[in-house]
Amino acid sequence: MMSEFVLLYRGGESPKSAEEGQQVMTKWIAWMKELGEKGHLVEAGHPLEETGKVVKGTQKTVTDGPYAEKDLVGGYTLIKANDLAQAAELCKGCPIFEAGGTVEVRPVMKMDM
Amino acid sequence: MEPIDHLFRRESGRMVATLTRTFGIHNLALAEDVVQDAFCRAVDVWKFRGMPENPSAWLMTTAKNRALDLLRRERRALTFAPELARLIESEASLAPAIDSFFTPHTIKDDQLRMMFSCCHPRLREEAQVSLVLHILCGFSVGEIASAFLISPAATEKRITRSKKVLAGSKRLFELSDADFTTRLSIVHRALYLLFNEGYHGACANSAVRVELCAEAMRLAEMLLDHALTATPTSYALSALLHLSAGRLPGRVDISGDLISFFDQDRALWNQEILTRGRRLLELSATGSELSDYHVEASIAAVHASAGTAEETDWGAIVSLYDTLLQVRSTPVGALNRALAVAQYKGPECGLQELNGIVDRDRLSAYPFYFAALGELELQCGRRSLAHDHFTSALALARNPMERRFLDQRVGECACNDTLQNSGVHSEVPLANE
Repeated sequence: MMSEFVLLYRGGESPKSAEEGQQVMTKWIAWMKELGEKGHLVEAGHPLEETGKVVKGTQKTVTDGPYAEKDLVGGYTLIKANDLAQAAELCKGCPIFEAGGTVEVRPVMKMDM
Repeated sequence: MEPIDHLFRRESGRMVATLTRTFGIHNLALAEDVVQDAFCRAVDVWKFRGMPENPSAWLMTTAKNRALDLLRRERRALTFAPELARLIESEASLAPAIDSFFTPHTIKDDQLRMMFSCCHPRLREEAQVSLVLHILCGFSVGEIASAFLISPAATEKRITRSKKVLAGSKRLFELSDADFTTRLSIVHRALYLLFNEGYHGACANSAVRVELCAEAMRLAEMLLDHALTATPTSYALSALLHLSAGRLPGRVDISGDLISFFDQDRALWNQEILTRGRRLLELSATGSELSDYHVEASIAAVHASAGTAEETDWGAIVSLYDTLLQVRSTPVGALNRALAVAQYKGPECGLQELNGIVDRDRLSAYPFYFAALGELELQCGRRSLAHDHFTSALALARNPMERRFLDQRVGECACNDTLQNSGVHSEVPLANE
């Protein structure tokens, strides 16, 4: 029985040239495809815009970002794996590391008893 | 769906050209920012969703939407051409105005306008070529620097300076402009040089060399796609590029070394490209225009039709060089003619021709002039003279590939093997003649 995990993509440099952009994109597509073919991909997920607001405190103050770029979540993906260790192992294939970004793997809590 | 090789780079040229016409040429940097933005968006979305059915259309629409956003946001802060400024005043006329800039027809023409604009007569030829590569082919400064073996800093400087000249022209070049014919011949020359940079250039990385040739061919074909630019000379240029490119696979071996004309593996030639080249050459033969590209393409066609180097119709090549020198007399052309004479009538005759080149002092920094002397002396059996010439050539070598090639020839003069016919022959005059 496999469990589900959310991958949160953080940071990473934007491509500097057209050719680099295409290479980055091609690697990501290949990685996602591989996850799918091996039966690990639940939902490819979404990219997130760089803008955002933070609502905070009992006063519910609303502020614009800014977030430090390395902490900015750029997107998420839902995968399934046997356990957290395997999920982390799967992340090693993610092209984000070449751009200096990170992947955070979080188990989705099972909601049964 | 799999992305086409270099799709982003090519789309970059299309988008920059259209955005520049939209914003005005003085806002070139703005157009480039919008394109960069569109690419980042494409990467972000496509990595989750995969490539769309029509990535080119997706990118162009994204660029258009970004342009709309930007005009809404910045219409007061930026200066635009008066006609655009008026249209973007109100929301009601903004979107239709932008739509009118992004029709398939105008997008196609924008690339030609940009190509003509990059070939600004105030720019030196190498600056024009760099600008074409950067703006229309989407090459980054780093990619241009490594292709031309010049430092990124020098490349950056060259491109920045060229962009300033470009941005200083009031608007993009229009094909209806009075100096169209003059400008078209500058465009031809720039594409020819771009191709030569790939064919003969300094970069040892054969993938990059093939890319430069492919880009020159793509842009040259673009000229054939418009009634005004599809002149007999444009056809001849395109024919020349095809008839040379088809033989590129045999010219450099896997390790990136130049292979002498007589040792090339002709089975590696790309017959499909050569056939297309012959067809283009036929199409170039309308009207009375006879350009140097016509003659060079004809020479290339003779080479391309010879099954082996020995089967080459050297008589035809010699007389084509005679014609070429009448159309456009250059010392490198004369050098190549002398080499053809050597093949046709023997090395002694070739040497006579070489020594008879009127302005041969202009070849004094050209390694293949001395290499040619060396080859012919070697064929006459005068090894020590040949050795001296090859040594002179080696001292002038401009890149590691030439150096390895000439070093080998120097070495062979010392050997006592029977002589082999292995002439250096560069049918397409080198860029820095």
